[in-house]
Amino acid sequence: MREFKILGVLVFFTALLYIGVEPFAHSQMHAHVEAPEYDFKDADGVDKALVGNAQNGAALVQANCIACHSITKAGFAPMMDDATSAASYGVVPPDLSTAGTMYDPHFLAAFIKNPAKATKTEHKFEDGAVHPMPSYDWMKPQEIADMVAYLKSIAPKTMTNKEVFNDACNRCHSMKYDGMKIITDGPNGVRKEGVKARSDVSKYMGKTPPDLSQYIRSRSESYLHEFINDPQKHLAGTAMPRVGLTEKAENQVIKYMEEIGEVKKPEREALAPKFLAYLLIFTIFAFLWKAKIWREVH
Amino acid sequence: MAKINESLFSAEGLDKRLNLTQFNKVMMTEYWIPKDINFLWAMGVVLASTFMILIVSGIFLMMYYKPDTALAFDSVNYTIMQEVGFGWLFRHMHGVAASVVFLIIYIHMFTGLYYGSYKKGREMIWISGMLLFVTFSAAGFSGYMLPWGQMSYWAAAVITNLFSGGSLHADFLVEWIRGGYSVGDATLTRFFMLHVFLMPIIILGIIVLHFYTLRIPHVNNQESDDIDFDAEAEKYLAGNKKESKVIPFWPVFLSKDFAILGAFLIFYFYLVFFNYEFAMDPVNFDPADPMVTPAHIYPEWYFLWSYEVLRGFFFDIAGMSAMDIGLIAFAFAQVIFMIVPFIDRDPDILPAFKRPRFNIWFWVLMFDLVVLSVYGKLPPTGMNAWIGFFATLTFLGLFAIFPFITKADAKARGAL
Repeated sequence: MREFKILGVLVFFTALLYIGVEPFAHSQMHAHVEAPEYDFKDADGVDKALVGNAQNGAALVQANCIACHSITKAGFAPMMDDATSAASYGVVPPDLSTAGTMYDPHFLAAFIKNPAKATKTEHKFEDGAVHPMPSYDWMKPQEIADMVAYLKSIAPKTMTNKEVFNDACNRCHSMKYDGMKIITDGPNGVRKEGVKARSDVSKYMGKTPPDLSQYIRSRSESYLHEFINDPQKHLAGTAMPRVGLTEKAENQVIKYMEEIGEVKKPEREALAPKFLAYLLIFTIFAFLWKAKIWREVH
Repeated sequence: MAKINESLFSAEGLDKRLNLTQFNKVMMTEYWIPKDINFLWAMGVVLASTFMILIVSGIFLMMYYKPDTALAFDSVNYTIMQEVGFGWLFRHMHGVAASVVFLIIYIHMFTGLYYGSYKKGREMIWISGMLLFVTFSAAGFSGYMLPWGQMSYWAAAVITNLFSGGSLHADFLVEWIRGGYSVGDATLTRFFMLHVFLMPIIILGIIVLHFYTLRIPHVNNQESDDIDFDAEAEKYLAGNKKESKVIPFWPVFLSKDFAILGAFLIFYFYLVFFNYEFAMDPVNFDPADPMVTPAHIYPEWYFLWSYEVLRGFFFDIAGMSAMDIGLIAFAFAQVIFMIVPFIDRDPDILPAFKRPRFNIWFWVLMFDLVVLSVYGKLPPTGMNAWIGFFATLTFLGLFAIFPFITKADAKARGAL
């Protein structure tokens, strides 16, 4: 029938155009990178066969780490306030209470041995600049395994999505839309407040790392996974470190980004079938009515 | 004036004052449409409906949108998308309708081109339609700036810069349009005005004109059959509905339109809920940042073909800069469809399948527009630049031979 032939031509050209300017063009514009890899095989950690002793680790951590790092979970409060700490080290050293949950143990060992190398940010520390955390590659592999075992032993079994984001990302990245308030105070002052980054890291990072409120819309989910897993793959030379999140922790971060950036997704998905069902019924009746009217003229 | 004694508040009294019965006949029940039509004839009503969706959703968005560079991004992505009840729905509807409306405009326009519905009495319909295309483009471009994302900002920067006219260096014009040396707050507020006030009013006016230009010459039909509308209307009114070649606008024509509108709305709302990224580019969910140029800057899909004509000439020719040649080709592309009725030298109104050379010309043009659109989005490097260049040449060449092709068809038919 003629109408179906015309519809076929229309669908063909529309589909050709759509495929050309959307999936095809985007596949050409964005570099294809290898899938995320959560074993961190390239990280220079310690032999995975080594079994760490958490008790030994506790002593080693107390002797080597808590001078700079707080571990509030184990009763070690921060030595200085954030501002003083940032002034002393260039960046606020993170609390280690949850490191054992979020970070892959093999990556953690590699990080302790050589932070710049494990995070793939050696390009930032040239010409005398050094990573704020010294390398502990002089330690015996067993000692490093012990420290990792200790961090794992004190870490919580589960964390909420937001907790993972706070501890893994929020030191540098803000999340304005989490509890954002647009406050107008005074005749021409507008303040927008939400979850701020915990310290001003623009000096340390070279620029203020972006707010992540809308990253769930501006980046595809696969891009986010590839990028968080290894930022250098998509953005060679970026100052963002590879942080070594486990697959589970990374999923939680992206879930949190969706909870904040796509608040209405559940509503959208619930409303869609109702809308489409209504329109389907409307269309069926419209076609029946059309058939009735046209019977008189054909 | 004839004195009317019947109360205004009676059907008869109101009719005497406004002549509604007659008006209803002229516009609805005795506005004759050919019977020999297909679903492509419903695109006008589909377009009018999509425009209504744009107006209504736009009104809701305007209640919360803030045209200020410090507030625009969050007013859209936070206030409207997250705080306002169903704000996300109105935004998705508005964004997707703004994109889909161009798909329907192109279908509508190429239907007119295919069936020869632009000539010999229907020139005003075509011209007013092309004016609608231009004004819709202006509305689309100004609206795209409002969320103040990265693509909003950079598209505005690139497109406003075109007004410098290449080596004419009309920088004062660019400055005047932007309201400053660079795209900024003044640019945003004036494009807001254009988008929510001036453009909609002009569009509404031209839509009325477009409907009016259609009323006298009547709509074309599938075979471009020359119908005596008065004689056929008489047949219809005498009860010979089956023999008559015409149908009334209401209810016969519109009953078909509503059915097709229903099918269109299913497609449209599927896009609103599930597949909206083609209309709401992810890059635009990064706030505008004059210090960071996105890796790829491209316009919305419906501008891609003319954008590729603009950048198709990527090398200087005979001392003329690539930019200047591109701008001239771009200007040509903007006006050439408008003057199609006057460069068509075939004296008959016929659909493409009865004009063999024109038929080939038409389908080559369709493929060329798709190629231009795809390569208008791809990075213009290496092979892509050359394909874009040849597609641009094809586009220009097609219109250069158009008068001769149409004449050759007429000669072969013995009409000239």
